[in-house]
Amino acid sequence: MEPIIRLENVSFSYKINEKTKVSVLKNISFSIFPGEYVAIIGHNGSGKSTLSKHLNGILTPDSGDVWVHGHNTKDVNKKRSIRQAVGTVFQHPDNQIVATIVEEDVAFGLENIGVPREEMKKRVDEALNVVKMSPFRHRPPHHLSGGQKQRVAIAGVLAMKPDCIVFDEATSMLDSFGRKEVLQVMRKMNNMGMTIITVTHHMSEAAEADRIIVIEGGQIVMDGPPREIFKHKLELENLQLEVPSVSQMAEVIHSQFNTFSKDIIQENEFIEEVEKFHKEEVGT
Amino acid sequence: MTGRPIIEIENLSHTYMKGTPMEHVALKGANLYAEEGECIAIIGHTGSGKSTLIQHFNGLMRPESGKVIIDGEDLSKKKVDLKTLRQKVGLVFQNPEDQIFEKLIGDDIAYGPFKLGLPIKEVRERVKWAMDVVGLDFEEIKDRQTFALSGGQKRKVALAGILALKPKILVLDEPTAGLDPKSRKELLDKIKRLNKDEKLTVVFVSHNMEEVAMLADRVYVMAGGTDVLTGTPKEIFTDKEKLQHHQIGTPETVQVLYKLTDLGYQVNTEAFSVLEAAEEIMKVLAGKKEGSEHVQRI
Repeated sequence: MEPIIRLENVSFSYKINEKTKVSVLKNISFSIFPGEYVAIIGHNGSGKSTLSKHLNGILTPDSGDVWVHGHNTKDVNKKRSIRQAVGTVFQHPDNQIVATIVEEDVAFGLENIGVPREEMKKRVDEALNVVKMSPFRHRPPHHLSGGQKQRVAIAGVLAMKPDCIVFDEATSMLDSFGRKEVLQVMRKMNNMGMTIITVTHHMSEAAEADRIIVIEGGQIVMDGPPREIFKHKLELENLQLEVPSVSQMAEVIHSQFNTFSKDIIQENEFIEEVEKFHKEEVGT
Repeated sequence: MTGRPIIEIENLSHTYMKGTPMEHVALKGANLYAEEGECIAIIGHTGSGKSTLIQHFNGLMRPESGKVIIDGEDLSKKKVDLKTLRQKVGLVFQNPEDQIFEKLIGDDIAYGPFKLGLPIKEVRERVKWAMDVVGLDFEEIKDRQTFALSGGQKRKVALAGILALKPKILVLDEPTAGLDPKSRKELLDKIKRLNKDEKLTVVFVSHNMEEVAMLADRVYVMAGGTDVLTGTPKEIFTDKEKLQHHQIGTPETVQVLYKLTDLGYQVNTEAFSVLEAAEEIMKVLAGKKEGSEHVQRI
């Protein structure tokens, strides 16, 4: 299968004054394939935001290349088709919402690329439907809750029919209800075949993905399914990260009851394990 | 806590763009009370009035109606000494990039104490201390440019700039949003220590319930521009009906405990930390194994 996004020996540095540069990404290579759900984690300053901005050419590498559907992000002529293929949802929905009415905001990008009216209407309807914001279509966005605003921002990106959406800490300003709403939308879009890349500090959120990439000092230090990654509790702690709280709880219980599995990364698994353990013990 | 009131807010209302078609009521009879040395959390949905409320603490907004008394000073008076007030009440905004403006990090943190007219040696000491509190290395970071910082580092710089003013009341809007787990834990520990050891009064707005559970002495829940619920984190997080009514989340650990109670397990939902919650669950699991070897290990 052809990757949607391919990074080849990507390096990038910020110039902090005339003489010194801070190197943020160091020789990174990896590929994202169609239909993947990938979480990128790493501590503050590890380079993950800079990395996510390379995925659709918001930033371009100092050396090395990023290819989106085989187009180099350095190729100015391909910029539009690259941005259309890979959309971004940012941390603050307020920075991304431009119109005064929800449905107009969702239509904004489509107007820019000159989508015919009928088609536009259809796409806006579909996008609002996916994020469950249709009842709010005639409302002004600034009266919505954080999670609702973020879903409107997602609908705006979704209406452009990208193949892949990058969520750059898109849930970090949301409360647990808002976060759940957005996570459900991510899962739903992934089930519809869309490629999802999420940059996050919430381990319970990373546990939802199919693959986790861990960044440290501008390099990839781990890459694998969540269940594998979260087995490395000590390494993660050394990288200033942690395992989800349900995994921590499972480990504590496992240390007392060794038949209670410690291989748990999601809440529902934890509940199931308690039920299973409980039933077995009642049976004996 | 000394028992001395330091923030007294009574029946406070505020309407944005009054008298225009864009009129929007942000606060409607809100109340908040804090004693010196207390740590107060304010939670509630976007648009519930949290940010408008905290902007009254240092006189960024003046009471339209109702009372705001900070450390004995009535802010509804015509003449208020704003310089002294803002030195006393340090406010860290939600978007740290809004309050960073110098080119170099050290200069940015030094700006406040420098403007207070402190001797340069004292300014340097305070910058060093403030950077240490937020976990930034003084020598390594002070001469770096502010624009090349990550989101989490910017948040730390903004907080250090406020701490360097040595305020009596520290007001934080979402202090740990965007921080990685370790930085989050370290910063919370530091804030807690400032609160407990130096009797710094802390008021913070948060949507992170782990943080509310860990830090706050008391919690105010805001909805529709007013305070609808107040109590200790234990009181708030164990009132399941009210939580659902106001759509307030709980820490992940408590969420698990609630799901287990729904399934009929007798667990105490007052356990917030991973260890406490795990112990609660083990009690139930061990109860079923009465007489087995595991019981004595608990």
